[in-house]
Amino acid sequence: MLVDTPIAILRKKIQDKQVSPEEVITDCYDRIDKIQPQLNAFISTVQKETVLKKLKVHAKDMPNPAKPLAGIPFLLKDSYVTEGIRTTAASKVLDDFVPPYTATVCQKLEDAGAILIGKMNMDAWGHGGSTENTDYGPTKNPWDVSRVAGGSSGGPAAAIAARLASFAIGEDTGGSIRNPAAWCNITGLKVTYGRVSRYGCIAYASSFDTVGPMAKTAEDCALIMEVIAGQDPYDGTSSPHPVPSYRAALGTISPQKKTIGIVKECFGEGLDNEIHAAIDQARNELESMGCVVKEISMPLLRYGLPVYYLIGPSETSSNLARYDGIRYGNGREHFTPETMRRILIGTYALSAGYYDAYYKKAQQARTLFIRAYDEALAQCDALLMPVNPTPPPNIGELMSDPLANMLADVYTTSQNPVGVPSLALPCGFTKNNLPIGMQLVGKMFSEDLLLALGHAYQHATDWHTRRPTLS
Amino acid sequence: MHQKNAATAKLSIEDVQHVVRLAKLPIEPSRVPAFHEQLQSVLSYMSGIQELPTTNVPETSQVTGLTNVLREDVIDTKRMFTQQQALANTKRQHNGYVLVNAVLEEA
Repeated sequence: MLVDTPIAILRKKIQDKQVSPEEVITDCYDRIDKIQPQLNAFISTVQKETVLKKLKVHAKDMPNPAKPLAGIPFLLKDSYVTEGIRTTAASKVLDDFVPPYTATVCQKLEDAGAILIGKMNMDAWGHGGSTENTDYGPTKNPWDVSRVAGGSSGGPAAAIAARLASFAIGEDTGGSIRNPAAWCNITGLKVTYGRVSRYGCIAYASSFDTVGPMAKTAEDCALIMEVIAGQDPYDGTSSPHPVPSYRAALGTISPQKKTIGIVKECFGEGLDNEIHAAIDQARNELESMGCVVKEISMPLLRYGLPVYYLIGPSETSSNLARYDGIRYGNGREHFTPETMRRILIGTYALSAGYYDAYYKKAQQARTLFIRAYDEALAQCDALLMPVNPTPPPNIGELMSDPLANMLADVYTTSQNPVGVPSLALPCGFTKNNLPIGMQLVGKMFSEDLLLALGHAYQHATDWHTRRPTLS
Repeated sequence: MHQKNAATAKLSIEDVQHVVRLAKLPIEPSRVPAFHEQLQSVLSYMSGIQELPTTNVPETSQVTGLTNVLREDVIDTKRMFTQQQALANTKRQHNGYVLVNAVLEEA
């Protein structure tokens, strides 16, 4: 299965003409034909003929050192605008919207030679953790199709797990890359806020949103990061912080003597026993790799959900105010109940009389969180936390209880208000063969360290190589 | 503006109706009670944030550390739309204009 090959090897085979891009693409589309009906990961699939035609044009280009991802097929969560290709954010409000411009992340990947083959299912506008809050039907978990794939980047996660493309670009505002990565057994990176341009990313919470890679391995993610990271003049919040060679860092940053902080508040009541056990095992693995593990305390974490769920909806109420159906899209009556709830919570938190008690208080709490993470990361190189409190639930379970739905985000909502990066890695399976993931949280702009740790962990373990059985 | 004591104020149906209007969400009155119940349960959980000591703690609205990010005042033709592109997605147009509902009444 060509698309199961690590990107570093696949791209070399393509550049050396051992494998043709057409073979790779055909492999993907054959699998998509068989598997998409079972998973519902795609909202829009680029026509195979269109892609093959494009490949013919570029064929004479190879080998081309200026195109490090030449011929590599990828997917975009449907929250990234693509000129001429329908983009919906999984909402009927944008059901027939064809953008007149392309997101920077997509442009950079295409300039590097990567081939876009699909726009993927998600929780509409990023509002959800299960890819059930979508107007295009839920995405099924490839490990058990009666269960959710996670969200909001569930479509990309399920598709990469099922080996339908080499990598995907997801989006993480409160766990939306990490949650589905963990529930689908793939690797996903929530980058430092500002590390990757958000130009062309349909905004959920503008001060939380991050654009990041989802792939089979940390090494794959490192290769993608080399292409997508960096300041963009079109995104005023993108960072001028220099972009290291993430690929080189995998070889030069050693896990030896790196301190990993185990945040004890994350391992109490509310965490599934099997997930706890898997992360304990991962902790032992990190120690045998040479890391120093120490227990630390971050009592503020119990306020992570309220900080996220007051500021996030406030920002989304403002961002979604533009959807009036006038210059593009359909009317606001097409928002789902979950999206309407978030808009209402945000509007309320910002309204006169309540602004101080809710929004302003949350922004102050945000400062406290920044200080708490600074303190924790002053003692440690990275923090080890769970990603999800439970294995993937059955489809329908989370949607029936709005509050339970929010509480499922407990481990992934504090990183976005602070801006710190976090790498989600497969670290085990439940007795029902459902994937378990963990996350390594680092200082701002420490993606090179996180990827190096993840890469070393993936040398010592093989959870990430397991694939779901799909006919 | 007098700040209500949100720690003790309970969310009323009128509050929800007010917010529905502010947010320009077309929600029929019959659906408001369900939203009211859900919002009440979510907000009551989120009110836990009141416990945090935040005296003299400044607010953080963005974490980049950047200020005044400017660009040169030059035209970037790569980011200009033709009239056709600008109108391509609108449902109602007339003579090259986007149509909106009237907001002024005739005298």
